[in-house]
Amino acid sequence: MLKAVPKEATAASPLKPAPGLENEIAAAARFVRQHVIASIHHAGSGHPGGSLSCADILAVLFGSELNVWPSSADDPARDRFVLSKGHAAPALYAIAAHHGFCDGKAALALRKLGSRFQGHPHIGDLPWVETSTGSLGQGFSVALGMAMGLKLQNSPARVYALLGDGELQEGEVWEAAMCAAHHKLDNLCAIIDYNKLQSDARNDAIMRLEPLAAKWRAFDWAVAEIDGHDIRALLTTLRRAGATRDRPSVIIAHTIKGKGVPYMENIPAWHGSVKLTREQTEEALLALEMPRRQIKEYLDDPVG
Amino acid sequence: MTLSAEAPALIGTSGDSLREAFGKALSGLANEFPKLVVLDADIAGGTGVHHFRKSHPARFLQFGIAEQNMMAAAGGLAAVGLLPVVTTFAVFCLRAIEQARLSLAYTRRNAKIVASHPGLDVGPDGGSAQALEDLAAFRAIPGMTVISPADPTETALATRAILEFDGPVYMRTGRSPARRLFGNDYRFEIGKGQIIRDGRDVTIVACGVEVARALEAAELLAAEGIGARVVNMATIKPIDTALLKRCAKETGAFVTAEDHNIHGGLGGAVAEALAQTRPCPIEFIGVKDVFGASGEPEELAEAFGLGAGTIAKAAKKVIARKRKS
Repeated sequence: MLKAVPKEATAASPLKPAPGLENEIAAAARFVRQHVIASIHHAGSGHPGGSLSCADILAVLFGSELNVWPSSADDPARDRFVLSKGHAAPALYAIAAHHGFCDGKAALALRKLGSRFQGHPHIGDLPWVETSTGSLGQGFSVALGMAMGLKLQNSPARVYALLGDGELQEGEVWEAAMCAAHHKLDNLCAIIDYNKLQSDARNDAIMRLEPLAAKWRAFDWAVAEIDGHDIRALLTTLRRAGATRDRPSVIIAHTIKGKGVPYMENIPAWHGSVKLTREQTEEALLALEMPRRQIKEYLDDPVG
Repeated sequence: MTLSAEAPALIGTSGDSLREAFGKALSGLANEFPKLVVLDADIAGGTGVHHFRKSHPARFLQFGIAEQNMMAAAGGLAAVGLLPVVTTFAVFCLRAIEQARLSLAYTRRNAKIVASHPGLDVGPDGGSAQALEDLAAFRAIPGMTVISPADPTETALATRAILEFDGPVYMRTGRSPARRLFGNDYRFEIGKGQIIRDGRDVTIVACGVEVARALEAAELLAAEGIGARVVNMATIKPIDTALLKRCAKETGAFVTAEDHNIHGGLGGAVAEALAQTRPCPIEFIGVKDVFGASGEPEELAEAFGLGAGTIAKAAKKVIARKRKS
């Protein structure tokens, strides 16, 4: 039956993060960014911008907030994480590799025939992926269904969904937002990777999202707005969301698309369908503090 | 002005309809399937699950008028070990078909979709409400089992069968009062068609409301000395190829009959199966690639060529084709 694992087992109190925790998370986020760049380079296509913007969020979730490890990946009482913005799959694979859910080398075979690391995450290939995503809006509804089902079964587990900002243009997101508040799903936490850019241009130019926090408040969610690259802010805000009762929580995380790779930052063209040349890849990995010798190893090794 | 204290009577919720049979069966099975939860988008009175709402309120989940969220949420409920049954009208299943594709089928969730109000059987609500595309659309989704039972007895048996079955299922019920065709000795099995009347000149393969009309057509044909075999093909996917092959061998000609577009539904499934095993002439009875209209179901069936007379005529035509070939 349910094997709840106490949160205390993994993280210190929110206001005083354990010594070293923030550094550990920062290192994990750096690894995620490096792995994202390398895997997209090998794949010849992929979505670097939105994978880099959510690296810190994923590093905090997997490094501290989620009660799930490779050894508990099928424990009914585990916390669930759903990558509703499925196109950030390279970042999910990277953080999963960092925590031992999968092999990092294998994950470099991103998007290749025969690889389990498809362009968007698929539970049929990777059992630790909680649900297949890639059609915007759906992952959020699935997360809602999980939260509802866990509550019905009196489980202590929590459900986290990471959404893109452009994703909020899907009507299904607001169907789910209304439903989660109606059913008082306080075990559900949405995090919005608010990098302000979507496939073609800025959100503002495609379909305005603001006033975004007011929209969520009007849907009766507990709303927090933070810098999505501030690890301490993420840690404390997530912990506060966990203590919210009778309402679902949303964290609007302001991020920079392409974060960590200067030539990509805030440029919509790096959203997706991009090919990273060897030179671009090396430049990105250097910016992400990868030593030159390691870059060579990463890029020269055959993959798949 | 005074308002009546009594609520107005709901039209169509009473009677021997497939949706009522489904709703009652579901309620009766709830204790046997403790993980069963029923999802509704504010039409429980129409889909038959008002019975379940009354008998098991804690396991009745209200999603409001928001089918896309409901369909995908069923994937989440299944993911945490529950047995979700999504209920709505067939036409709204089309609205949420991409959610069924990704969050139920691609993920191989053990979730069921049960759709009432399919086809011209919807009647007066008219063309916008009459789903004539659902069998084709859901049949095209990998791993999706597609079922359309013919009478209240079969609907109740199929309800149990889909709960026992492991995997995503799309099942049609029906809005209008249905004729009882089967007795208490009837057995239902997913993936198996059944010969419910024998004959050697032609096989009429039907599903849903067209099964009763196919039996009527067989009567009309018998009066002219023509032996029509009637197959109730309640499972459209996976189609019972072995039975079709046998009927091809024994009768050599087919008519398919369904309350659905002639493209992609039962007729399409039968034609695909026969083309690859034992090709023979087929005539297709269904709505001929147009939208429906308002009217009573029996009037619509006549107007759109789904009646027993049309089936009998198609049978004679296909027998003539068989003799020529």
